[in-house]
Amino acid sequence: MELFVDHSKCSGCGACKLACSIANFKQVTPSKGLLRIEARFPSPGDFRVHLCDQCGECAAVCPVEAITLQNGVWLIDEDECIACHECVEACPKDVMIIQPNNIPAKCTLCGECAEICPRQAIGIRQKTAAGEDK
Amino acid sequence: MNYGYAGTILRIDLGSEQIIKEPLAEKMCEEFIGGRGFVAKTLYEELLPDTDPFDEKNLFIIATGPLSGHLLPASGKTHFGCKSPATGGYADSNMGGHFGPALKYAGYDMAILTGRAKKPSILVIEDEKIELRKADQYWGKGSLICEELLKKELGQDFQILTIGPSGEKQVKFACISHDFGRQAGRTGIGAVLGSKNIKAIAVKGTGAIPVFDVEKAFEKGKQAFKKVSEKPGFKGWTPEGTAGITDWVNEVGAFPTKNFQTSHIDHNKNINGKKIIERIKITDKGCYCCPTPCGKYGHTKTKLGSAYVEGPEYETIALFGGSCFLQTIEEVAYANYLCDELGIDTISGASVAAFTIECYEKGLLTKEEIGHDVRFGDLESIVYLLNLMGLRKTRLGDLLANGVKAASESIGQGSEKFAIHVKGLEWTGYECRNAPSMMLAYMTADIGAHHNRAWVLGHDVVGAATNVHDLITAGTDSDTRAKAEISAETSAEFVIDSQHTRPAFDIIGTCRLQLMELGFEVENYAELYSVITGKEKTWEDILKVSEKVWTLTRLISAREIPNFGRRLDYPPARFSEEPTPTGPNKGYCIPMKDLDSLLDAYYEKRGWDKNGIPTQETIDRVGLKDMVKEKT
Repeated sequence: MELFVDHSKCSGCGACKLACSIANFKQVTPSKGLLRIEARFPSPGDFRVHLCDQCGECAAVCPVEAITLQNGVWLIDEDECIACHECVEACPKDVMIIQPNNIPAKCTLCGECAEICPRQAIGIRQKTAAGEDK
Repeated sequence: MNYGYAGTILRIDLGSEQIIKEPLAEKMCEEFIGGRGFVAKTLYEELLPDTDPFDEKNLFIIATGPLSGHLLPASGKTHFGCKSPATGGYADSNMGGHFGPALKYAGYDMAILTGRAKKPSILVIEDEKIELRKADQYWGKGSLICEELLKKELGQDFQILTIGPSGEKQVKFACISHDFGRQAGRTGIGAVLGSKNIKAIAVKGTGAIPVFDVEKAFEKGKQAFKKVSEKPGFKGWTPEGTAGITDWVNEVGAFPTKNFQTSHIDHNKNINGKKIIERIKITDKGCYCCPTPCGKYGHTKTKLGSAYVEGPEYETIALFGGSCFLQTIEEVAYANYLCDELGIDTISGASVAAFTIECYEKGLLTKEEIGHDVRFGDLESIVYLLNLMGLRKTRLGDLLANGVKAASESIGQGSEKFAIHVKGLEWTGYECRNAPSMMLAYMTADIGAHHNRAWVLGHDVVGAATNVHDLITAGTDSDTRAKAEISAETSAEFVIDSQHTRPAFDIIGTCRLQLMELGFEVENYAELYSVITGKEKTWEDILKVSEKVWTLTRLISAREIPNFGRRLDYPPARFSEEPTPTGPNKGYCIPMKDLDSLLDAYYEKRGWDKNGIPTQETIDRVGLKDMVKEKT
C-alpha cells in the first residue's frame, strides 16, 4: 500500500494531522501528526501536503539498523533506536517527529489521514510502479 | 479534570505585564460551557460598569469551547468579547481559522487581556512561554502584510491574528484578521485591541487536549465527518460556499440594494458564487477540521489594482455588490481585500460607504465635504471612501469611522431614516421589508443588526425551518410565499429558537454551518460533547445554557447603555415608512404598529417586560439567580 496526494484538493483543514496523532499516539494534538501541510499564503495561495512515501532514507542513515521494512512499511524499533535523530534530519519530506522520550516517530501507513480527509486530497492504494502522484 | 478543555485561563495585564495562569473552574464549564458563554459571564462579572470601550479597563477576551480543537467537523472557531465601541453594549465576534485550537494546544481555553501596553506590542504565546514584543516595525502595516511578516519572523507554525491601521486608529468597526482571510468582523473588536496597543497575537501550541474517552471520541468524530459528507449539501453547497445563496436572496427580494433603498438587483449573475469559481478562485480554504470549506481564496484584478484575497463571502457580496452596487465579482473582491488590509469589517465598511453616497445623492453632504464625487456602482468611489473612513482621513473620514449611527446623528437632515443599523451596528445582507421574522431577528440580536444570532429569512419565505441547501435548491415559488403568512407570535418563536440554536455553536466552539447550510443534526454535537468531556448533556441542555447566555448579554447591554430598552430595538425608519419601491417585494414595509406587535410577542415569549428587560422571574428561571442577584 502507499499514500498518494492530490494537492489541489487540499483545503488546509488539518484533520489529517489530528487523526494521525490520535491514531498513533492517542493524543489530541496536531503537533504529533506525521505529515505536514504547507500553507502557501498570501501567494501563490495554495496548499502542499507532505507525506511519507516510505522512501527508506531514514533507514538508510540509521547507524544501528533500527528502522526495518515490514510489509512495505519502514518501522522504527524503539528498543534498538539510540535516539541519534539522524533519520529525522535525513527525512526528505520533513515528516518525522521526536517524541518526548527522545525516540523518533514516523508514518506507519495506518491510513487514518486518508480516511479522515473530507476532500480526498490524501488517498491510500496498492503500490504502483509510478509511486506518489505529483 | 475538565476533559475536553485545556484547563487554564490566561490573564494578562498589558500595562504591568503581569501574567496569571488560573485553573479553569469546573463550575464555570458546567454552567456556561465555553466560548460565548465564558465571554458573557466574564464581562458581566469583571467589566467595571460604565467603562469607556477604549478605556484600558475594558476587557479583551479570547475564548474557545470544549469542542474547539477536537477531531470533529469544523472545530476551529474562536470567540472574542469586550464592551463594544460600536454600540456601547455587549460585544462578541467570532472567527474561523486555526487560532482557537492552537490556543488550546498551548494550554489555554481563554485569554483575558486587561490594561494597555506601554508601547505598540505583539503578544507571543508559545506553550507556557508568554512574551510581549515590540511592534515598532509592524505598527501602521496592513493586517495581511503584518501576518505575512510575522509568519516569516516567528515561523509558519504560529497562528496569528492581527489588526490593521483601522484598528490602530480605533475605527469603531475595525476587525481582527487571521489566516489571510478569516475575520472576527463585528462590533469593533479590532479597535479595542488597538486601544490596548496590541498589533498582533501569535500562538503556537504543541500540547494535547485531554479527552474523557479518546478511542470513542475518535470513532464518533470520524463518524461525524462521514455523516456530513453524506448530506446532499456536501457536494451541492460547498463549491460556492456562502456566496451560493446570492441568487436566491435576490430572487426573494431581500438583497440590499443601494443602501437598502430597494431589495433586488439585475447584476446578481455577475457577483454570485459561480462567478467566484469562474473568475477568482485559486483554492478552497478550510478552517480547522472543516469538511465543507466556505473559504474561497483567489486573486482579483480590477482597473484599480490586483490582489490576493479570501472571499468574498455572501455578506460582502450583498453589501458591496448590492448596497454599494459594485457590478462585478472582481470589484467586490477588491473592496473585500482593501477592507481586510485596512482591518475593517466589510459589512460595516460597505454600509458606511453606501450611506455616504446616499447622503451625497440627496444633497446632505457636498463634494467639498467628501472631497470626491461618489457614486453607487463606482469602485473608485468605494475605494476612496474606505480609505477615508479606515484611516480617519479628513474631518468627514473621522466621523464616518464612528459608523452610520454617529454619522447620521451629526449630519442630521433626516439621514437617520436611512442609517441602516440597530443599536449602532450596521445591518448585514438581508433586506426585510417583506420578512417580519428576519426583521425581528435583526431588531433583537444582542450585538446589534447581525444575522448570525438568528437567520430566519427562509422561515419567512417558506413558513418553516429549513437548511440553506434545501432552501436554495428548491427554488422560489410565489404560491408558497403567499401561503407563508406568519403571525407575530410565530415570528417570535422562530427567532427565539434560532437565537438559542445558532449561538449554541459559539458556546461549544464549533462552526454552525454544517447544521445551518447542510442539515447535519444537532444531536451529533451533544454526543460528541459527552464522549469528549465525560459529562452527559443533551442538545436541549446546551440550548438551556444558550438561553441563559442570551439573557445575560441583554442584561450586560441594559447595564452599559443609558436608557436601554425597547427604543433601541427598532430598525431605521426606512423599513417602516418607505414601501420597497421596486422588485419582488414592491410596496412592502413593516409599519411601526407591526414592529411593536413583533416586539410585544417576542418580549412576552422571552419573559421580558414591556421595555424588553428580563424580569427577575426570568432571570431566576434561566439559572442566573445567584449571579445577577449578587450584582443588583
